[in-house]
Amino acid sequence: MNTQTPLGRALTRFRRNRIGLISLGGIGVLFVVAVVFAILSFAQVPFPMDPNATNLERKLLPPNSVNWLGTDNLGRDLLSRMLHGSYISLTVGFVAVAVSLLIGVVVGAVSGYYGRWVDNVLMRVVDAIMCFPTFFLILTAVALLGPSLLNIIVVIGLVSWTGTARLVRAEFLTLRETEYVRAARSLGQRTPAIIFRHILPNAFAPIFVTAVLGVPAAILTEAGLSFLGFGVQPPQATWGNIIADGKTYMLDAWWLIVFPGLAIFLAALAFYLTGDALRQAAETRAERK
Amino acid sequence: MTTFILRRLLISLVLVFLISLISFFIVTLTPGSPYPWGDMNPNISEGVKANFRKQFHLDEPIWKQYWFNMRDLFTGELRSIKDGRPVLTRIGERLPATIALNLCALTIALSFGLLVGVYSARVSGQWQDTSLSTVAFALLAVPEFWVAYLLIIGLTGWLAIPLMGTVSHGIIFPNALAAWLDWVWHLALPATLLALGGIAAQSRYVRASMLETLREDYIRTAQAKGLTSEKILYHHALRNSLRPVITGIGGLLPALIGGAVIIETIFAYPGIGRLGYQAVLERDYPTLLALNFITAILVLLGNLVADVLYSVVDPRVRLE
Repeated sequence: MNTQTPLGRALTRFRRNRIGLISLGGIGVLFVVAVVFAILSFAQVPFPMDPNATNLERKLLPPNSVNWLGTDNLGRDLLSRMLHGSYISLTVGFVAVAVSLLIGVVVGAVSGYYGRWVDNVLMRVVDAIMCFPTFFLILTAVALLGPSLLNIIVVIGLVSWTGTARLVRAEFLTLRETEYVRAARSLGQRTPAIIFRHILPNAFAPIFVTAVLGVPAAILTEAGLSFLGFGVQPPQATWGNIIADGKTYMLDAWWLIVFPGLAIFLAALAFYLTGDALRQAAETRAERK
Repeated sequence: MTTFILRRLLISLVLVFLISLISFFIVTLTPGSPYPWGDMNPNISEGVKANFRKQFHLDEPIWKQYWFNMRDLFTGELRSIKDGRPVLTRIGERLPATIALNLCALTIALSFGLLVGVYSARVSGQWQDTSLSTVAFALLAVPEFWVAYLLIIGLTGWLAIPLMGTVSHGIIFPNALAAWLDWVWHLALPATLLALGGIAAQSRYVRASMLETLREDYIRTAQAKGLTSEKILYHHALRNSLRPVITGIGGLLPALIGGAVIIETIFAYPGIGRLGYQAVLERDYPTLLALNFITAILVLLGNLVADVLYSVVDPRVRLE
């Protein structure tokens, strides 16, 4: 007899997924690197080298024994710049998703639980936002607000909650009709308690999966903004703005394009694959069919 | 059928209003100087500033500003701060190129997505399926601008694929067909890059939809009748799995138009994406307002057409 909890079963399934485990390991490594170098960056420790120290005698050098990934047009060490910029991508990814989760869950829960005109109004707003070309809307808002880490995070969060809201609403529409919710209601439980204590935990799995899949989308959006010059501003290095600066020299200095792009790609890929593995592990309903 | 379309149109009108509100507030509620020459320019007299404020209704209450902006937008009187030309003209000039690029990208994304999705569903659970799904996520995870530059670095000088603009300059084409082919050839690289994410997303939708259809009772009936699995797959299951292909248009368009900002900038492609980037650099509020509004309306129209098309193809939808 199988006595495991649903969560336990999902974890067992996840552990059997090799791609998922490798990707999760990748996220772990990235996370540690980002935290360590965020601390080093704020403490201004020049390790492995100062990311902003220019040296015009050593400009545009290909990867060598001193500068492992080469140097840029001002002689700055590419590896140091990439390491010290790593926390920007992760911060944007995590915090923007947190903002969008907060809005999406509340809107979706209210919409799905109350139904009727509330649902109608909120879902039309969601439909309207979904019509906008997301990246252009974000670019417009960030450019006019002025590009800064905080503005980028807030704007990405404010624009990207619609998918979560629709998902949470759909979950609530089915869950609010279940017997245990009716029981809670007839026992006189208050609406917030029903929404947050009884329904929301049961919608946890799909929400968590969307959140994980939202992180790479935010990372790629930030990279795109940085690339167009509306990301976190220099001298702070980000993976996106290293490529933007390097594109002038790309035919002579391929390393300025290849390595930071590879970092963005691998980071986003690790989150996508982990999210997909989690989705497969959480898919209990399809199983029951 | 008529009531279905009428209801959709009514909802769309509400959406048009909401879209106009969002496009207006995104450019007006943001702080910063409204003047194209900045706040601190000593050469600009107070009179010029006052004139500018009057011309763009900046001293009116916000709801009046909204009304003026929308009225001017619809009557074609909304003018660019940059060159004083009507924004509708500026956008209209760029629209054909953008529509061509996006239609190309959409076609590539939908057709490859369908092919890969159906194949993945056929081999579901086997190693081919796992590798294709990993590749799909790789396509989603790869920054388009990065691939664009890798290709430019890799292809420059030894492959005759155009990397810029819409036409080859300095060549006299023998006939219209050759000129047209040259134009299509210029679309190849940007359209393919733009479609990468769409191929990935679309193939995942098609695969999921196929697998769901394959669990239906009528498929089991077909199997019980002894039909070959090919016949069941392509004849019975595929038709009912086509929904994501049509609804996918609605989901893909915003991503394509948004992604076009970067791709058009890199390839110097004269579409509305590049116009948008220039407008952002110049803080050209009227153009930004109009661009956000018009692209959202285009997506809305795309969704509407997809909805109606789908209700024609599948009568069950009308009952929803």
